[in-house]
Amino acid sequence: MSLNIEYSDKMHFASIRADFPILSQKVYGKSLVYLDNGASTQKPKQVINNITATYERSYANVHRGVHYLSQISTDAMELARGTVRGFVNARSDSEIIFVRGATEGINLVASSWGRENLKSGDEIILSEMEHHANIVPWQLVSEQTGATIKVIPISDSGELEMSEFQKLLSDRTKLVAITHVSNALGTIVPLSEIIRYSHDAGALVLVDGCQAVPHLPVDLQELDADFYTFSGHKLYGPSGIGILYGKESILESMPPYQGGGEMIDTVSFKGSTWADLPFKFEAGTPNIADAIGLGEAVNYVSSIGFDAIGAHEASLLSYATERLNQIESVKIIGNASNKAAIISFVIEDVHPHDVGTILDRDGIAVRTGHHCAQPVMERYDVPATVRASFAMYNTFEEIDLFVKGLQKVQEIFS
Amino acid sequence: MSESVSNLYQDVILDHSKKPRNFGKLKSTTHYARVNNPLCGDKVTVYLKIEGKYILDATFEARGCAISLASASMMSEMIKGKKINEAIALFRKFYILITTEQNVHNDGLGDLKALSGVKNFPTRVECATLSWKAMEKAVEEIGY
Repeated sequence: MSLNIEYSDKMHFASIRADFPILSQKVYGKSLVYLDNGASTQKPKQVINNITATYERSYANVHRGVHYLSQISTDAMELARGTVRGFVNARSDSEIIFVRGATEGINLVASSWGRENLKSGDEIILSEMEHHANIVPWQLVSEQTGATIKVIPISDSGELEMSEFQKLLSDRTKLVAITHVSNALGTIVPLSEIIRYSHDAGALVLVDGCQAVPHLPVDLQELDADFYTFSGHKLYGPSGIGILYGKESILESMPPYQGGGEMIDTVSFKGSTWADLPFKFEAGTPNIADAIGLGEAVNYVSSIGFDAIGAHEASLLSYATERLNQIESVKIIGNASNKAAIISFVIEDVHPHDVGTILDRDGIAVRTGHHCAQPVMERYDVPATVRASFAMYNTFEEIDLFVKGLQKVQEIFS
Repeated sequence: MSESVSNLYQDVILDHSKKPRNFGKLKSTTHYARVNNPLCGDKVTVYLKIEGKYILDATFEARGCAISLASASMMSEMIKGKKINEAIALFRKFYILITTEQNVHNDGLGDLKALSGVKNFPTRVECATLSWKAMEKAVEEIGY
Protein backbone atom coordinates (compact mmCIF):
# COMPACT_ATOMS: atom_id res chain seq x y z
CA MET A 1 0.00 0.00 0.00
CA SER A 2 2.70 2.45 1.00
CA LEU A 3 4.63 1.41 -2.10
CA ASN A 4 1.71 2.50 -4.22
CA ILE A 5 1.59 5.87 -2.54
CA GLU A 6 5.31 6.31 -3.10
CA TYR A 7 4.89 5.28 -6.72
CA SER A 8 2.10 7.73 -7.38
CA ASP A 9 4.07 10.47 -5.62
CA LYS A 10 6.98 9.75 -7.94
CA MET A 11 4.79 9.82 -11.02
CA HIS A 12 3.19 13.06 -9.92
CA PHE A 13 6.49 14.81 -9.40
CA ALA A 14 7.95 13.43 -12.62
CA SER A 15 5.16 15.22 -14.47
CA ILE A 16 5.85 18.39 -12.49
CA ARG A 17 9.51 18.16 -13.44
CA ALA A 18 8.54 18.07 -17.11
CA ASP A 19 7.04 21.55 -16.66
CA PHE A 20 10.53 23.00 -16.18
CA PRO A 21 12.30 23.16 -19.55
CA ILE A 22 15.70 24.16 -18.15
CA LEU A 23 15.99 20.99 -16.06
CA SER A 24 16.25 18.64 -19.04
CA GLN A 25 19.51 20.11 -20.29
CA LYS A 26 23.01 18.76 -19.92
CA VAL A 27 25.91 20.76 -18.52
CA TYR A 28 29.47 19.62 -19.28
CA GLY A 29 27.79 16.63 -20.90
CA LYS A 30 26.14 15.60 -17.61
CA SER A 31 22.48 15.77 -16.66
CA LEU A 32 21.83 18.95 -14.75
CA VAL A 33 21.20 18.36 -11.04
CA TYR A 34 19.92 21.69 -9.79
CA LEU A 35 20.20 21.94 -6.01
CA ASP A 36 20.55 25.71 -5.67
CA ASN A 37 16.87 26.48 -5.20
CA GLY A 38 17.48 28.52 -2.08
CA ALA A 39 19.30 31.04 -4.27
CA SER A 40 16.67 30.94 -7.00
CA THR A 41 14.24 28.40 -8.35
CA GLN A 42 13.76 27.51 -12.01
CA LYS A 43 10.58 28.53 -13.83
CA PRO A 44 7.80 26.29 -15.13
CA LYS A 45 6.71 26.73 -18.74
CA GLN A 46 3.40 28.12 -17.45
CA VAL A 47 5.25 31.13 -16.05
CA ILE A 48 7.53 31.49 -19.07
CA ASN A 49 4.54 31.31 -21.44
CA ASN A 50 2.61 33.78 -19.33
CA ILE A 51 5.39 36.37 -19.55
CA THR A 52 5.68 35.82 -23.30
CA ALA A 53 1.92 36.18 -23.69
CA THR A 54 1.91 39.46 -21.80
CA TYR A 55 4.48 40.95 -24.15
CA GLU A 56 2.93 39.42 -27.25
CA ARG A 57 -0.70 40.23 -26.61
CA SER A 58 -1.58 42.43 -23.66
CA TYR A 59 1.27 44.70 -22.67
CA ALA A 60 0.83 48.41 -22.03
CA ASN A 61 1.48 50.69 -19.08
CA VAL A 62 -0.90 50.26 -16.18
CA HIS A 63 -3.24 52.61 -14.31
CA ARG A 64 -2.81 55.35 -16.91
CA GLY A 65 -4.37 54.92 -20.31
CA VAL A 66 -8.03 54.67 -21.11
CA HIS A 67 -7.13 52.54 -24.08
CA TYR A 68 -7.80 48.84 -24.54
CA LEU A 69 -4.33 47.41 -23.84
CA SER A 70 -3.77 49.60 -20.82
CA GLN A 71 -7.02 48.32 -19.35
CA ILE A 72 -6.15 44.67 -20.02
CA SER A 73 -2.70 45.12 -18.57
CA THR A 74 -4.05 46.87 -15.48
CA ASP A 75 -6.65 44.15 -14.95
CA ALA A 76 -4.04 41.41 -15.28
CA MET A 77 -1.71 43.07 -12.80
CA GLU A 78 -4.48 43.66 -10.29
CA LEU A 79 -5.67 40.09 -10.77
CA ALA A 80 -2.12 38.96 -9.90
CA ARG A 81 -2.22 41.10 -6.78
CA GLY A 82 -5.46 39.41 -5.77
CA THR A 83 -3.92 36.00 -6.45
CA VAL A 84 -1.01 36.78 -4.15
CA ARG A 85 -3.40 38.15 -1.51
CA GLY A 86 -5.25 34.85 -1.52
CA PHE A 87 -2.01 32.87 -1.45
CA VAL A 88 -0.87 34.47 1.81
CA ASN A 89 -4.41 35.15 3.08
CA ALA A 90 -4.08 38.90 3.54
CA ARG A 91 -7.28 40.79 4.33
CA SER A 92 -7.18 43.14 1.39
CA ASP A 93 -5.42 43.75 -1.93
CA SER A 94 -4.40 47.14 -0.49
CA GLU A 95 -1.98 45.29 1.77
CA ILE A 96 -0.09 43.68 -1.13
CA ILE A 97 2.64 45.96 -2.48
CA PHE A 98 4.69 44.97 -5.50
CA VAL A 99 8.39 45.56 -4.91
CA ARG A 100 11.56 44.39 -6.69
CA GLY A 101 12.15 41.68 -4.15
CA ALA A 102 12.38 41.07 -0.41
CA THR A 103 15.46 43.29 -0.18
CA GLU A 104 13.42 46.23 -1.42
CA GLY A 105 10.52 45.22 0.82
CA ILE A 106 12.73 45.40 3.93
CA ASN A 107 14.38 48.62 2.80
CA LEU A 108 10.95 50.14 2.23
CA VAL A 109 9.89 49.40 5.79
CA ALA A 110 13.24 50.48 7.25
CA SER A 111 13.15 53.79 5.37
CA SER A 112 9.48 54.65 5.61
CA TRP A 113 8.33 53.14 8.88
CA GLY A 114 11.76 53.18 10.52
CA ARG A 115 12.65 56.81 9.98
CA GLU A 116 9.17 57.88 11.08
CA ASN A 117 8.93 55.72 14.20
CA LEU A 118 12.42 55.04 15.54
CA LYS A 119 14.39 57.30 17.82
CA SER A 120 17.34 57.16 20.15
CA GLY A 121 16.76 54.61 22.90
CA ASP A 122 14.51 52.42 20.76
CA GLU A 123 15.53 48.88 19.98
CA ILE A 124 15.20 46.61 16.98
CA ILE A 125 15.57 42.88 17.55
CA LEU A 126 17.07 40.72 14.80
CA SER A 127 18.35 37.17 14.96
CA GLU A 128 21.79 35.73 14.43
CA MET A 129 20.48 33.73 11.47
CA GLU A 130 19.33 36.68 9.37
CA HIS A 131 20.27 37.18 5.74
CA HIS A 132 22.32 40.35 5.19
CA ALA A 133 19.19 41.88 3.62
CA ASN A 134 17.51 41.75 7.03
CA ILE A 135 20.53 43.18 8.85
CA VAL A 136 22.03 45.99 6.80
CA PRO A 137 18.83 48.06 6.23
CA TRP A 138 18.34 48.11 10.02
CA GLN A 139 21.94 49.16 10.57
CA LEU A 140 21.43 52.02 8.12
CA VAL A 141 18.23 53.20 9.78
CA SER A 142 19.79 52.82 13.23
CA GLU A 143 22.62 55.12 12.24
CA GLN A 144 20.06 57.69 11.12
CA THR A 145 17.71 57.43 14.08
CA GLY A 146 19.93 56.41 16.99
CA ALA A 147 18.02 53.19 17.55
CA THR A 148 20.05 50.16 18.59
CA ILE A 149 20.03 46.57 17.36
CA LYS A 150 19.78 43.51 19.62
CA VAL A 151 20.41 40.02 18.35
CA ILE A 152 18.66 36.76 19.27
CA PRO A 153 21.37 34.08 19.55
CA ILE A 154 21.02 30.64 17.96
CA SER A 155 21.79 27.25 19.46
CA ASP A 156 24.30 24.68 18.28
CA SER A 157 21.56 22.88 16.40
CA GLY A 158 20.49 26.06 14.64
CA GLU A 159 17.40 27.02 16.60
CA LEU A 160 16.54 30.43 17.98
CA GLU A 161 17.23 30.76 21.70
CA MET A 162 13.65 31.67 22.56
CA SER A 163 14.35 32.33 26.24
CA GLU A 164 17.05 34.80 25.23
CA PHE A 165 14.59 36.40 22.85
CA GLN A 166 12.10 36.90 25.66
CA LYS A 167 14.82 38.52 27.76
CA LEU A 168 15.65 40.93 24.95
CA LEU A 169 12.04 42.05 24.55
CA SER A 170 11.14 45.19 26.50
CA ASP A 171 9.16 48.38 26.16
CA ARG A 172 12.13 49.75 24.24
CA THR A 173 11.58 47.14 21.51
CA LYS A 174 9.84 48.78 18.57
CA LEU A 175 10.37 46.13 15.91
CA VAL A 176 11.36 42.49 15.63
CA ALA A 177 12.69 41.67 12.15
CA ILE A 178 13.01 37.94 11.72
CA THR A 179 13.34 35.32 9.04
CA HIS A 180 10.61 32.70 8.70
CA VAL A 181 13.02 30.06 7.39
CA SER A 182 16.81 30.44 7.59
CA ASN A 183 18.43 30.44 4.15
CA ALA A 184 21.72 29.22 5.59
CA LEU A 185 20.46 26.57 8.04
CA GLY A 186 16.99 25.60 6.89
CA THR A 187 15.53 26.24 10.35
CA ILE A 188 11.82 27.04 10.42
CA VAL A 189 11.42 29.47 13.31
CA PRO A 190 8.45 29.37 15.73
CA LEU A 191 6.89 32.40 14.10
CA SER A 192 3.50 32.44 15.84
CA GLU A 193 5.22 32.45 19.22
CA ILE A 194 7.64 35.18 18.17
CA ILE A 195 4.82 37.36 16.92
CA ARG A 196 2.74 36.78 20.04
CA TYR A 197 5.61 37.66 22.40
CA SER A 198 6.52 40.70 20.32
CA HIS A 199 2.99 42.02 20.26
CA ASP A 200 2.71 41.47 24.00
CA ALA A 201 5.75 43.74 24.35
CA GLY A 202 4.18 46.30 22.05
CA ALA A 203 6.57 45.69 19.14
CA LEU A 204 5.76 45.22 15.47
CA VAL A 205 7.09 42.21 13.56
CA LEU A 206 8.57 42.14 10.08
CA VAL A 207 9.08 38.69 8.58
CA ASP A 208 11.50 37.78 5.80
CA GLY A 209 9.52 35.00 4.13
CA CYS A 210 11.76 34.33 1.12
CA GLN A 211 12.67 30.77 2.07
CA ALA A 212 9.25 29.97 3.52
CA VAL A 213 6.75 30.68 0.76
CA PRO A 214 8.12 28.04 -1.66
CA HIS A 215 7.91 25.33 0.99
CA LEU A 216 4.99 25.89 3.34
CA PRO A 217 1.58 27.56 3.49
CA VAL A 218 1.54 31.05 4.96
CA ASP A 219 -1.61 32.51 6.49
CA LEU A 220 -0.90 36.12 7.38
CA GLN A 221 -4.16 36.72 9.21
CA GLU A 222 -3.55 33.71 11.41
CA LEU A 223 0.11 34.61 11.96
CA ASP A 224 -0.79 38.25 12.63
CA ALA A 225 2.53 39.49 11.16
CA ASP A 226 2.70 43.24 10.69
CA PHE A 227 4.97 43.05 7.64
CA TYR A 228 5.85 40.01 5.54
CA THR A 229 8.03 40.10 2.46
CA PHE A 230 9.25 37.64 -0.16
CA SER A 231 10.81 37.49 -3.61
CA GLY A 232 9.09 36.04 -6.66
CA HIS A 233 12.14 34.30 -8.07
CA LYS A 234 12.46 31.88 -5.17
CA LEU A 235 8.82 30.92 -5.69
CA TYR A 236 9.16 29.66 -9.28
CA GLY A 237 8.35 33.18 -10.50
CA PRO A 238 10.35 35.85 -12.32
CA SER A 239 13.25 37.77 -10.80
CA GLY A 240 12.88 41.49 -10.18
CA ILE A 241 9.47 41.19 -8.56
CA GLY A 242 8.47 40.54 -4.98
CA ILE A 243 5.85 41.31 -2.41
CA LEU A 244 5.71 43.41 0.69
CA TYR A 245 2.66 42.73 2.82
CA GLY A 246 1.79 45.24 5.51
CA LYS A 247 -1.24 45.61 7.73
CA GLU A 248 -3.43 48.25 6.18
CA SER A 249 -3.58 50.51 9.24
CA ILE A 250 0.22 50.53 9.53
CA LEU A 251 0.77 51.14 5.82
CA GLU A 252 -1.75 54.00 5.98
CA SER A 253 0.27 55.70 8.71
CA MET A 254 3.57 55.44 6.83
CA PRO A 255 4.99 58.13 4.56
CA PRO A 256 5.80 57.20 0.94
CA TYR A 257 9.08 55.38 0.27
CA GLN A 258 9.80 56.77 -3.17
CA GLY A 259 8.13 59.64 -4.98
CA GLY A 260 7.07 59.68 -8.59
CA GLY A 261 4.23 58.79 -10.88
CA GLU A 262 1.46 56.42 -9.84
CA MET A 263 1.98 57.04 -6.11
CA ILE A 264 0.31 60.46 -6.14
CA ASP A 265 -3.21 61.74 -5.81
CA THR A 266 -2.50 65.33 -6.83
CA VAL A 267 0.78 67.13 -7.47
CA SER A 268 1.31 70.83 -7.19
CA PHE A 269 4.26 72.97 -6.22
CA LYS A 270 2.33 73.92 -3.11
CA GLY A 271 2.47 70.29 -2.10
CA SER A 272 1.33 66.88 -3.24
CA THR A 273 -1.03 64.29 -1.87
CA TRP A 274 -0.62 60.56 -2.03
CA ALA A 275 -2.53 57.85 -3.77
CA ASP A 276 -4.42 55.23 -1.80
CA LEU A 277 -2.86 51.91 -0.87
CA PRO A 278 -1.18 50.01 -2.31
CA PHE A 279 -0.22 52.55 -4.98
CA LYS A 280 1.24 54.98 -2.44
CA PHE A 281 4.22 52.62 -2.28
CA GLU A 282 4.47 51.84 -5.99
CA ALA A 283 6.12 54.92 -7.50
CA GLY A 284 6.92 54.77 -11.19
CA THR A 285 5.97 52.23 -13.83
CA PRO A 286 6.03 48.88 -12.05
CA ASN A 287 7.49 45.62 -13.29
CA ILE A 288 4.21 44.78 -15.02
CA ALA A 289 4.94 41.57 -16.88
CA ASP A 290 6.80 40.01 -13.97
CA ALA A 291 4.06 40.97 -11.51
CA ILE A 292 1.59 39.15 -13.74
CA GLY A 293 4.11 36.30 -14.06
CA LEU A 294 4.35 36.08 -10.27
CA GLY A 295 0.59 35.66 -10.15
CA GLU A 296 0.95 32.75 -12.56
CA ALA A 297 3.73 31.22 -10.43
CA VAL A 298 1.47 31.42 -7.39
CA ASN A 299 -1.31 29.74 -9.37
CA TYR A 300 1.14 27.01 -10.38
CA VAL A 301 2.27 26.35 -6.81
CA SER A 302 -1.32 26.44 -5.56
CA SER A 303 -2.43 23.94 -8.21
CA ILE A 304 0.06 21.42 -6.81
CA GLY A 305 -0.62 22.37 -3.23
CA PHE A 306 1.53 22.44 -0.11
CA ASP A 307 0.32 19.06 1.10
CA ALA A 308 2.00 17.41 -1.88
CA ILE A 309 4.97 19.80 -2.02
CA GLY A 310 5.57 19.48 1.71
CA ALA A 311 5.42 15.69 1.68
CA HIS A 312 7.75 15.36 -1.30
CA GLU A 313 10.29 17.88 0.00
CA ALA A 314 10.22 16.35 3.48
CA SER A 315 11.11 12.95 2.05
CA LEU A 316 13.88 14.50 -0.09
CA LEU A 317 15.24 16.23 3.00
CA SER A 318 15.21 13.14 5.16
CA TYR A 319 16.74 10.97 2.42
CA ALA A 320 19.51 13.50 1.70
CA THR A 321 20.19 14.02 5.41
CA GLU A 322 20.46 10.27 5.93
CA ARG A 323 22.82 9.82 2.97
CA LEU A 324 25.02 12.76 4.05
CA ASN A 325 25.20 11.51 7.63
CA GLN A 326 26.63 8.26 6.28
CA ILE A 327 29.68 10.13 5.01
CA GLU A 328 32.01 10.39 7.97
CA SER A 329 33.76 13.63 6.98
CA VAL A 330 30.50 15.49 6.36
CA LYS A 331 29.19 17.72 9.10
CA ILE A 332 25.73 19.19 8.66
CA ILE A 333 25.42 22.75 9.98
CA GLY A 334 21.89 23.26 11.24
CA ASN A 335 19.96 20.33 12.68
CA ALA A 336 16.82 22.06 13.88
CA SER A 337 13.89 19.77 14.56
CA ASN A 338 11.72 21.80 12.22
CA LYS A 339 13.54 22.32 8.92
CA ALA A 340 12.74 23.25 5.34
CA ALA A 341 14.45 21.30 2.55
CA ILE A 342 17.80 23.05 2.91
CA ILE A 343 21.02 21.35 4.00
CA SER A 344 24.16 23.31 4.80
CA PHE A 345 27.29 21.28 5.44
CA VAL A 346 31.04 21.23 5.50
CA ILE A 347 33.46 18.46 4.60
CA GLU A 348 36.44 18.01 6.88
CA ASP A 349 39.60 19.51 5.39
CA VAL A 350 37.97 20.47 2.11
CA HIS A 351 36.91 24.04 1.45
CA PRO A 352 33.33 24.46 0.19
CA HIS A 353 34.59 26.20 -2.95
CA ASP A 354 36.53 23.13 -3.95
CA VAL A 355 33.47 20.98 -3.27
CA GLY A 356 31.37 23.30 -5.42
CA THR A 357 33.79 23.22 -8.35
CA ILE A 358 34.09 19.44 -8.34
CA LEU A 359 30.31 18.97 -8.13
CA ASP A 360 29.79 21.58 -10.85
CA ARG A 361 31.84 19.58 -13.34
CA ASP A 362 29.50 16.68 -12.71
CA GLY A 363 26.55 18.91 -13.57
CA ILE A 364 25.54 19.42 -9.94
CA ALA A 365 24.67 22.98 -8.95
CA VAL A 366 24.99 23.82 -5.26
CA ARG A 367 25.68 27.08 -3.49
CA THR A 368 29.01 27.51 -1.74
CA GLY A 369 29.99 30.47 0.37
CA HIS A 370 28.54 32.40 3.25
CA HIS A 371 25.02 32.59 1.76
CA CYS A 372 24.80 36.30 2.64
CA ALA A 373 24.67 35.22 6.27
CA GLN A 374 28.18 35.89 7.59
CA PRO A 375 27.04 36.01 11.24
CA VAL A 376 25.85 32.40 10.86
CA MET A 377 29.26 31.37 9.51
CA GLU A 378 30.90 33.10 12.45
CA ARG A 379 28.53 31.39 14.90
CA TYR A 380 29.57 27.94 13.69
CA ASP A 381 33.18 28.97 13.10
CA VAL A 382 33.25 27.98 9.45
CA PRO A 383 34.43 30.23 6.62
CA ALA A 384 31.66 29.01 4.36
CA THR A 385 29.42 26.03 3.79
CA VAL A 386 28.11 23.98 0.91
CA ARG A 387 24.33 24.31 0.63
CA ALA A 388 22.03 21.92 -1.15
CA SER A 389 18.53 23.35 -1.28
CA PHE A 390 15.71 21.32 -2.74
CA ALA A 391 12.60 22.17 -4.69
CA MET A 392 9.49 20.22 -5.59
CA TYR A 393 11.04 19.09 -8.88
CA ASN A 394 14.08 17.41 -7.35
CA THR A 395 14.32 13.63 -7.28
CA PHE A 396 15.87 10.91 -5.16
CA GLU A 397 18.08 9.95 -8.12
CA GLU A 398 19.51 13.47 -8.05
CA ILE A 399 20.40 13.04 -4.39
CA ASP A 400 22.22 9.82 -5.30
CA LEU A 401 24.20 11.69 -7.98
CA PHE A 402 24.95 14.44 -5.48
CA VAL A 403 26.26 11.92 -2.92
CA LYS A 404 28.34 10.27 -5.65
CA GLY A 405 29.79 13.69 -6.43
CA LEU A 406 30.74 14.12 -2.78
CA GLN A 407 32.48 10.75 -2.83
CA LYS A 408 34.51 12.02 -5.78
CA VAL A 409 35.46 15.09 -3.73
CA GLN A 410 36.76 12.79 -1.02
CA GLU A 411 38.73 10.72 -3.51
CA ILE A 412 40.43 13.81 -4.93
CA PHE A 413 41.29 15.16 -1.50
CA SER A 414 42.11 11.87 0.21
CA MET B 1 40.71 16.53 -20.47
CA SER B 2 42.26 19.86 -19.55
CA GLU B 3 38.89 21.02 -18.27
CA SER B 4 38.51 18.15 -15.86
CA VAL B 5 38.70 18.66 -12.14
CA SER B 6 41.63 16.27 -11.84
CA ASN B 7 43.63 18.69 -13.97
CA LEU B 8 42.71 21.51 -11.60
CA TYR B 9 43.47 19.56 -8.44
CA GLN B 10 46.91 18.27 -9.35
CA ASP B 11 49.03 16.59 -6.70
CA VAL B 12 51.37 19.53 -6.34
CA ILE B 13 48.40 21.82 -5.63
CA LEU B 14 46.92 19.42 -3.08
CA ASP B 15 50.35 19.10 -1.48
CA HIS B 16 50.70 22.87 -1.07
CA SER B 17 47.14 23.27 0.18
CA LYS B 18 47.41 20.49 2.75
CA LYS B 19 50.87 21.54 3.91
CA PRO B 20 51.10 25.23 3.17
CA ARG B 21 54.66 26.56 3.30
CA ASN B 22 55.52 29.71 5.25
CA PHE B 23 52.17 29.69 7.01
CA GLY B 24 51.80 32.05 9.97
CA LYS B 25 52.80 35.50 11.12
CA LEU B 26 56.31 36.80 10.43
CA LYS B 27 58.08 38.29 13.44
CA SER B 28 60.28 40.56 11.35
CA THR B 29 57.40 41.88 9.24
CA THR B 30 57.96 45.32 7.76
CA HIS B 31 54.96 45.34 5.44
CA TYR B 32 51.73 43.39 5.41
CA ALA B 33 48.26 43.55 3.93
CA ARG B 34 45.01 41.66 4.18
CA VAL B 35 42.50 41.15 1.42
CA ASN B 36 39.26 39.24 1.40
CA ASN B 37 37.03 37.80 -1.24
CA PRO B 38 33.58 39.25 -0.57
CA LEU B 39 31.95 36.49 -2.61
CA CYS B 40 33.03 33.72 -0.28
CA GLY B 41 34.39 35.50 2.77
CA ASP B 42 37.85 34.00 2.37
CA LYS B 43 40.70 36.06 3.77
CA VAL B 44 44.44 36.17 3.18
CA THR B 45 47.06 38.18 5.05
CA VAL B 46 50.53 38.41 3.56
CA TYR B 47 53.50 39.38 5.75
CA LEU B 48 56.70 40.65 4.14
CA LYS B 49 60.13 41.56 5.39
CA ILE B 50 61.45 44.15 3.01
CA GLU B 51 64.87 45.74 2.92
CA GLY B 52 65.52 48.25 0.20
CA LYS B 53 64.19 46.76 -2.99
CA TYR B 54 64.29 43.19 -1.76
CA ILE B 55 61.70 40.91 -0.22
CA LEU B 56 63.81 39.03 2.27
CA ASP B 57 61.02 36.95 3.78
CA ALA B 58 57.36 36.23 3.14
CA THR B 59 54.68 34.37 5.07
CA PHE B 60 50.92 34.30 5.02
CA GLU B 61 47.84 33.44 7.02
CA ALA B 62 44.70 32.40 5.24
CA ARG B 63 41.40 30.72 5.45
CA GLY B 64 40.52 29.56 2.02
CA CYS B 65 40.08 26.88 -0.58
CA ALA B 66 42.73 24.57 -1.95
CA ILE B 67 43.39 26.87 -4.88
CA SER B 68 43.92 29.99 -2.79
CA LEU B 69 46.04 28.18 -0.19
CA ALA B 70 48.22 26.52 -2.83
CA SER B 71 48.70 29.78 -4.68
CA ALA B 72 49.62 31.63 -1.49
CA SER B 73 51.98 28.87 -0.42
CA MET B 74 53.73 28.84 -3.78
CA MET B 75 53.93 32.61 -3.84
CA SER B 76 55.54 32.75 -0.41
CA GLU B 77 58.27 30.41 -1.59
CA MET B 78 58.84 32.11 -4.88
CA ILE B 79 58.97 35.77 -3.96
CA LYS B 80 61.45 35.27 -1.16
CA GLY B 81 64.73 36.88 -2.19
CA LYS B 82 63.21 38.59 -5.20
CA LYS B 83 63.16 42.31 -5.86
CA ILE B 84 59.75 43.86 -5.36
CA ASN B 85 59.40 44.64 -9.05
CA GLU B 86 60.32 41.05 -9.91
CA ALA B 87 57.60 39.77 -7.58
CA ILE B 88 55.05 42.05 -9.22
CA ALA B 89 56.21 40.97 -12.67
CA LEU B 90 55.78 37.35 -11.59
CA PHE B 91 52.19 38.14 -10.54
CA ARG B 92 51.52 39.64 -13.99
CA LYS B 93 52.93 36.58 -15.72
CA PHE B 94 51.00 34.23 -13.44
CA TYR B 95 47.81 36.20 -14.10
CA ILE B 96 48.24 35.76 -17.85
CA LEU B 97 48.86 32.05 -17.28
CA ILE B 98 45.58 31.53 -15.41
CA THR B 99 43.31 33.85 -17.37
CA THR B 100 44.31 33.55 -21.02
CA GLU B 101 45.20 30.99 -23.64
CA GLN B 102 48.47 32.82 -24.31
CA ASN B 103 51.56 30.71 -24.23
CA VAL B 104 53.50 31.87 -21.25
CA HIS B 105 57.19 31.13 -20.91
CA ASN B 106 57.44 28.67 -18.12
CA ASP B 107 60.73 30.11 -16.95
CA GLY B 108 60.56 31.14 -13.36
CA LEU B 109 56.98 29.99 -12.79
CA GLY B 110 58.00 26.83 -10.94
CA ASP B 111 55.13 25.10 -9.16
CA LEU B 112 52.78 27.87 -10.26
CA LYS B 113 52.55 26.13 -13.63
CA ALA B 114 50.32 23.59 -11.96
CA LEU B 115 47.71 26.31 -11.49
CA SER B 116 47.34 26.90 -15.24
CA GLY B 117 44.19 24.75 -15.12
CA VAL B 118 42.45 27.61 -13.32
CA LYS B 119 41.86 29.24 -16.69
CA ASN B 120 39.18 26.65 -17.36
CA PHE B 121 37.44 27.61 -14.10
CA PRO B 122 36.91 31.37 -14.40
CA THR B 123 35.04 31.53 -11.10
CA ARG B 124 38.21 30.40 -9.36
CA VAL B 125 40.60 33.06 -10.70
CA GLU B 126 39.76 35.23 -7.70
CA CYS B 127 40.85 32.40 -5.39
CA ALA B 128 44.18 31.96 -7.18
CA THR B 129 45.01 35.67 -7.11
CA LEU B 130 43.90 36.60 -3.60
CA SER B 131 47.32 36.25 -1.95
CA TRP B 132 49.03 38.00 -4.84
CA LYS B 133 46.70 40.95 -4.46
CA ALA B 134 47.56 41.07 -0.77
CA MET B 135 51.27 41.05 -1.65
CA GLU B 136 50.72 43.84 -4.18
CA LYS B 137 48.78 45.86 -1.63
CA ALA B 138 51.52 45.37 0.98
CA VAL B 139 54.19 46.84 -1.27
CA GLU B 140 51.94 49.50 -2.78
CA GLU B 141 53.26 52.35 -0.67
CA ILE B 142 56.88 51.54 -1.50
CA GLY B 143 56.35 51.78 -5.23
CA TYR B 144 58.04 49.48 -7.65
